[in-house]
Amino acid sequence: MSGSDNRSEMSEDEELPDLGGDATHSSNSTAVSGGGGDQNYVSPSPDQVLENVLENVLCFLTSRRDRNAASLVCKSWYRAEALTRSELFIGNCYSVSPRRVTNRFRLVKAIAIKGKPRFSDFSLLPPDWGAHFGPWLSAMARSYRALEKLYLKRMSVTDEDLAIAAHSFPILKELVMVCCEGFGTSGLASVASECRQIRVLELMDSDIGDDEEDWISCFPDNVTCLESFIFDCVEAPINFEALEQLVARSPSLKKLRLNCYISIGQLYRLMIRAPQLTHLGTGSFSPLEIVAQGEQELNYFSAFAACKSLICLSGFREIIPDYLSAIYPVCGNLTSLNLSYANINAEQLKPVICQCHKLQTFWVLDSVSDEGLQAVSAACKDLRELRVFPVQALEDAEGPVSEVGLLAISEGCRKLQSILYFCQRMTNAAVVAMSKNCPDLVVFRLCIMGRHRPDHITGEPMDEGFGAIVKNCKKLTRLAVSGLLTDRAFSYIGQYGKLLRTLSVAFAGNTDLGLKYLLEGCPKLQKLEIRDSPFGDSALFAGLQHYYNMRFLWMSSCKVTRLGCEEIARQLPGLVVEVITRDREENETSEYVDTLYMYRSLDGPRADAPRFVHIL
Amino acid sequence: MEGYSRKDEGCPQLLDLIPKEKEWLTKSAEEKQTRNGSSEEKQLELRLGPPNGDWTIKNKNISREKDHESLLPFGYFSPWSSSSGYQVKSQKQTTPFLQAHGQLKESSQPNPAKTAVPNSSSSSSAQKRTAPTPVVGWPPIRSFRKNLANGSSSKPVSESQNAVGSKISSEKPIENSPKNLLVKINMDGVPIGRKVDLKEHDSYEKLSFAVDELFRGLLAAQSNFSAGGIKNDEDGGKAITGLLDGSGEYTLVYEDNEGDRLLIGDVPWHMFVSSVKRLRVLKSSELPTLCRGRKHGKRSLDTSPK
Repeated sequence: MSGSDNRSEMSEDEELPDLGGDATHSSNSTAVSGGGGDQNYVSPSPDQVLENVLENVLCFLTSRRDRNAASLVCKSWYRAEALTRSELFIGNCYSVSPRRVTNRFRLVKAIAIKGKPRFSDFSLLPPDWGAHFGPWLSAMARSYRALEKLYLKRMSVTDEDLAIAAHSFPILKELVMVCCEGFGTSGLASVASECRQIRVLELMDSDIGDDEEDWISCFPDNVTCLESFIFDCVEAPINFEALEQLVARSPSLKKLRLNCYISIGQLYRLMIRAPQLTHLGTGSFSPLEIVAQGEQELNYFSAFAACKSLICLSGFREIIPDYLSAIYPVCGNLTSLNLSYANINAEQLKPVICQCHKLQTFWVLDSVSDEGLQAVSAACKDLRELRVFPVQALEDAEGPVSEVGLLAISEGCRKLQSILYFCQRMTNAAVVAMSKNCPDLVVFRLCIMGRHRPDHITGEPMDEGFGAIVKNCKKLTRLAVSGLLTDRAFSYIGQYGKLLRTLSVAFAGNTDLGLKYLLEGCPKLQKLEIRDSPFGDSALFAGLQHYYNMRFLWMSSCKVTRLGCEEIARQLPGLVVEVITRDREENETSEYVDTLYMYRSLDGPRADAPRFVHIL
Repeated sequence: MEGYSRKDEGCPQLLDLIPKEKEWLTKSAEEKQTRNGSSEEKQLELRLGPPNGDWTIKNKNISREKDHESLLPFGYFSPWSSSSGYQVKSQKQTTPFLQAHGQLKESSQPNPAKTAVPNSSSSSSAQKRTAPTPVVGWPPIRSFRKNLANGSSSKPVSESQNAVGSKISSEKPIENSPKNLLVKINMDGVPIGRKVDLKEHDSYEKLSFAVDELFRGLLAAQSNFSAGGIKNDEDGGKAITGLLDGSGEYTLVYEDNEGDRLLIGDVPWHMFVSSVKRLRVLKSSELPTLCRGRKHGKRSLDTSPK
């Protein structure tokens, strides 16, 4: 699946632990010559032995939380851990400077860096806010020449960055960019031509400019190790012949996701060259060319039938629904199906979905309506993740899905762990039912698109529904709320949401109490994003004891004042408090800040803040 | 996390906040009275001009002009032309993928006013659609997930194996500096697109001439190549004529800022220049068939897009 954030664990604080009186001896103690005949042999000190052993043992520790814990034991453990950690995760690119990272960790093979806050995806952050990959690249180009894996999310990357990266990391094997922007096909050309060992190249949900560069042709002929090639978000035509040849010479290719410029005829040609695929993004799924009269339609059905390993299907960017039956041969094996670009109705969905017995992940448009969701509920008993996107992302539209669909899903898909559901109307009863039917829910994101919309049958706020979710779903770590919500909803969340790490709030709440409940009640809260809710300074102060434990707090169009923000900044010097203001007319003043974005940082305010960002 | 053990420092200072806190509390007490329902909402709405811009829009008369009824006033995803400011993304109107004005008899969506006066036709359909003022970034859908109302996007039917379509949601930034107005232009059968500066021309005739100049050589090279590169006795190949009236082998069409595809020449030049986003040179023979080919992919066109 594209873009899903698997790294939901909290970001770790990379700070040097304060070990004022650590108990160990210095491990730099010189070796004492031990007993034994050989005068030249200097047996290592016990501490040295321990450190050697430690380094070898630590290699087996992969989880970064475990490693963080190990690094806090004592200085020698800290050192050993730093020397052996090969995978880095930087949850907020501004929380720590690149230099500090490269100073501490010397042997890094894989790094993941995340930049902008999530609300930037919805245009709530002006462009040029930051999250530039450049500074990280400079540091890494010096220190991590043996880098093999690079993962970037919501970073601003330029073509030049990509050229430098391609040049600096000769054995780069994996490059994954999610929700990035700032570069174009020229940057991709650099990567294709210089990263000779590239096995994984995945571009997801990123905005990539069309520099009219034939980047596919840039993969050298002798590069044959490609395993995963995902470029469905690249909105530019590509050289199909070059792609076909690339696929033909990549016997290890398992994942291929094509962009919308690939016609179904071209898809056919690729599929017959790569029947070993496990993950396929079908591109347009439409004959972009005119099928000349008399010319036979290709047998797409047989092409799918030949792909016996296919378990994940996506694409369908411009689907002609008639062609959907071609995928029947693989439905029974699919664990993941993404139809979220396919504007199809229930009747068109049913013959497909009824065959997808093994489906665990399903993304779809609400065009299938409640009836389509009922079909899903009946067929996909193993479903773990469901996302229902709106065809019309408007507040006042008709809305083909409702509480009926949600209820059906909850009744049929008992193993559900993650749901994202856009709708126009909802009831508390359906949400409560889901909380009881699906106790394994880890992620619950309900977006009732009309702001402040109550339960459409009872007219009541949606407090009880969300309250039931936090109360009954004991594994819940991520929650997004919507609809008409009073402070009571937040009291429930504060009371029951003990494992909650990510919370998204919009147009909700009555008073500061709402936010206070959250900040005082949810000890694991890491990422809190709030927009257009009436929370002010006193609520902000309620979180003082918690902000250092969080990755960030975002509040836009709330009732926080500049003075309040300054006070926070004063109280918590380890926080970077960014206030982002939009231009205003002369007569237009507001006592409230437009956007507050604050996050902990080891290295203080960033130097690259644009003029509309004030760091307090 | 563990590194930040500063709780002790925080507590005493909290007490200092109490006097200040009282100020904020009295403020919120006032607001409590307006807590319920619409007045609160109104309060919120007053502050709610898009929080970070709509830099280009100062007045609140939003519902009138099509351009302003946008859910995404930011020029999203145009980082490399950041100087262009916050382009207002217009809502996609009912758009069959190819709406060559007057040409599509089979088109099921009559929209006669469209090409002539894009603004008024769209604003009339826009007005009846939504009551609440659109808000930036709400609902929280990423831009590439919008414009799905039509079953197929307004991609053109491919001319060559390299389908050179363009999706509405991926408006490429056009250099909007006052000196020039560059728009991309692609031609059937030629994989490489070009750019043409509309400021250099002041009429359709001149544009047509420029297009001929741009592509004549390329087209000749293309056909020579496919013919084995045997002959090339003419200088630059055959002239490309009849672009404007449908009489030639190729016809010039353009895509406007709503993503509709229209024939060149129907509107006054200056109006064309202000709304054109991209140019295409299509094979004249394919124009009527294109519609036929795409018809069964079309959805009901009165569902509002975006």
